[in-house]
Amino acid sequence: MNIYWWGVLGTSAIAFALKYIGHSIPERYLSHPKIQATNLLIPIVLLSALVGVQTFTEKTKLILDHRAAGLGVALIALVLKAPFPIVVLSAALSSALLYHL
Amino acid sequence: MSNTRGLTLRDALSVSITVGAYGAAFGAASVAAGFSVLQSCLLSLLTFSGASQFAIIGVIGAGGSALSGITTASLLGFRNGLYGLRMAPLLKIRGVKRIIGAHVTIDESTGVALSQESRGIEAMRQGFWYTGFGVFIFWNLFTLAGAFGAQAMGDPASWGLDAAVPAAFLGLVWPRLKTSVDRALALSAVAMALVLTPYLPAGLPIIATTLLALGMGLRKK
Repeated sequence: MNIYWWGVLGTSAIAFALKYIGHSIPERYLSHPKIQATNLLIPIVLLSALVGVQTFTEKTKLILDHRAAGLGVALIALVLKAPFPIVVLSAALSSALLYHL
Repeated sequence: MSNTRGLTLRDALSVSITVGAYGAAFGAASVAAGFSVLQSCLLSLLTFSGASQFAIIGVIGAGGSALSGITTASLLGFRNGLYGLRMAPLLKIRGVKRIIGAHVTIDESTGVALSQESRGIEAMRQGFWYTGFGVFIFWNLFTLAGAFGAQAMGDPASWGLDAAVPAAFLGLVWPRLKTSVDRALALSAVAMALVLTPYLPAGLPIIATTLLALGMGLRKK
């Protein structure tokens, strides 16, 4: 089994386990305010870190290339309240354009 | 009663189609990251949680280990457990039904269920199931389309797919940045991940930013 299969199966197994556990345990175990507060913040840091790493790195090197332009356009699209598909498409188009220049 | 049902169904459908369409972005990004069409479709069928799916393909695509990818994806999937906690007393389901219900417990099904509160508990239940199944169907169909599309395209960078992935993450995090504290936290996470990148194996700098969330969340009274 290669890394991709491990990724697919491992992620799926844990994703389901987390959902099922939520449906099965008494509410008091996870209703602590600190857990609730941390749970709201975790997606913010992880998704932001992914934005940074996916845009500005190549393996373990920091790099500035066409992807940064794509991200800039995505940011503008979001500020202009564009829907998600437009955000992604405009980023892809501008990045591809710069890549071919 | 039937009128209420119609309104709930309309809410569920509009969410399902809009969100399902993101599946095309996932399918394309997944193939661009090196996953096969089958693997991409299995992620949508079995993981069925957008942010976690983007995380696993993002981390592995960037050269991270399977363990780093799975850890990042699972940290993002933790909130589905909290949604289950919220939905369980409402749905009161057991056995196979609980397994199916748990699988479709995601941002959208929980969100629509909670938004039906003024229409009564039956509408909340319907909102959950309609949206859960609706998103599941559209998300998987669009994943297949996106994955095949990307496979036909070839070089991901040539079509801008390498920029589409971070743009998708930005689109996912954007609605969560409601206060200036949230935005400062987001920028700190970007900075921390980038600063750590030259020193840690790929994937770990992303996981390390969880410390920022823990530090802030646990200080809350």
